[in-house]
Amino acid sequence: MIGYATFDAWWWPYVFIAIAGWLATDIWRWLGVLVGNRLKQDSAALTWVRAVATALLAAVIAKLILYPTGELKNVPMALRLIAVSIGFAAFLLGGKRIWIGIATALSVLIGGQLLFG
Amino acid sequence: MITSSGPRGVHWFLKGVRGIVSLPAIILMSAFVGFCGFAVEAGIPLGQTVFMTGMIWALPAKVLLVGSILAGASLPAAFITVSLSSIRLMPMVAALIPEIRTEKTPTWLLLLLSHFIAITAYVFTMERIRDVPREHRVAFFAGFGITVTTANIILVAVIYSTVANLPSMLAGALFFLTPVYFLTSIWASTRERAGHIAMIFGLALGPVFHQVAPEFDILYAGVVGGTLAFLADRLWKSGAGS
Repeated sequence: MIGYATFDAWWWPYVFIAIAGWLATDIWRWLGVLVGNRLKQDSAALTWVRAVATALLAAVIAKLILYPTGELKNVPMALRLIAVSIGFAAFLLGGKRIWIGIATALSVLIGGQLLFG
Repeated sequence: MITSSGPRGVHWFLKGVRGIVSLPAIILMSAFVGFCGFAVEAGIPLGQTVFMTGMIWALPAKVLLVGSILAGASLPAAFITVSLSSIRLMPMVAALIPEIRTEKTPTWLLLLLSHFIAITAYVFTMERIRDVPREHRVAFFAGFGITVTTANIILVAVIYSTVANLPSMLAGALFFLTPVYFLTSIWASTRERAGHIAMIFGLALGPVFHQVAPEFDILYAGVVGGTLAFLADRLWKSGAGS
């Protein structure tokens, strides 16, 4: 099978990235434009599409916290969950101010590692 | 080039440009520092890392592409992996387009600008678009999207050679910033009850489907969770209305 390292030419990795990366993502954006062009503001269909988009993002969030990539892997799962929970609670109590939630979650994450690491 | 021509259009385009100093843009740039570190570790050369940043733009898709390259995946396999993870872009774009377009906005312009839609641009735009007059929304989005993408391309090129020296606790915090930011900002920018229910369903179903069907987890969680939230909201409304 043709892969990233198949050809030695300098340009081959760029072709690989263009097909497996650019085309594979922009196809869906273009389809989204064609679908979105047909959706009416305040229609039930748009509410459904928006709910699906929101649930998709929520699933991405859950995965980023539970199955992280990179250095976050080395932080215990319990600490990650506690940090995001306390951060979200602080966000709600602080009048839905995003920076309060982020500052609290990061403080708990780093403080927890300093205390128990 | 933008449909809302004239000085007002330029004004709103520049307002979008100014979004580069907003919290979402700064958090995204931190996440790109994290991605750049990952690409360096994986041995992807500078030119290709920069190329990926501009051409793919969506961060999760890039992480998956680098992962596929590391695993020695074939071109079709890598294409399928990235495609499956990027299906989520379709409902996001479809939800965003009705918010920004007018009757007169040409489809080719929307197709062109859709490249700049990824999670951050979606959240940023949905949060602020109500305060932008409809005829200038495309200009506002274009200003933000083009600027943030360009800024991150430059950022990746500049930090590529130094990013490997990042302390590990800081690198971990950078990876944590993104989910916490998404969680709070999407919650804050969601105006309808269906959206909040969808969020809770998505958070719960993401890990469940990850156990059952790890290849399609995000997609299943989105379609099932979003549909359930939509139906629950309908039931609630009809119950309250009768």
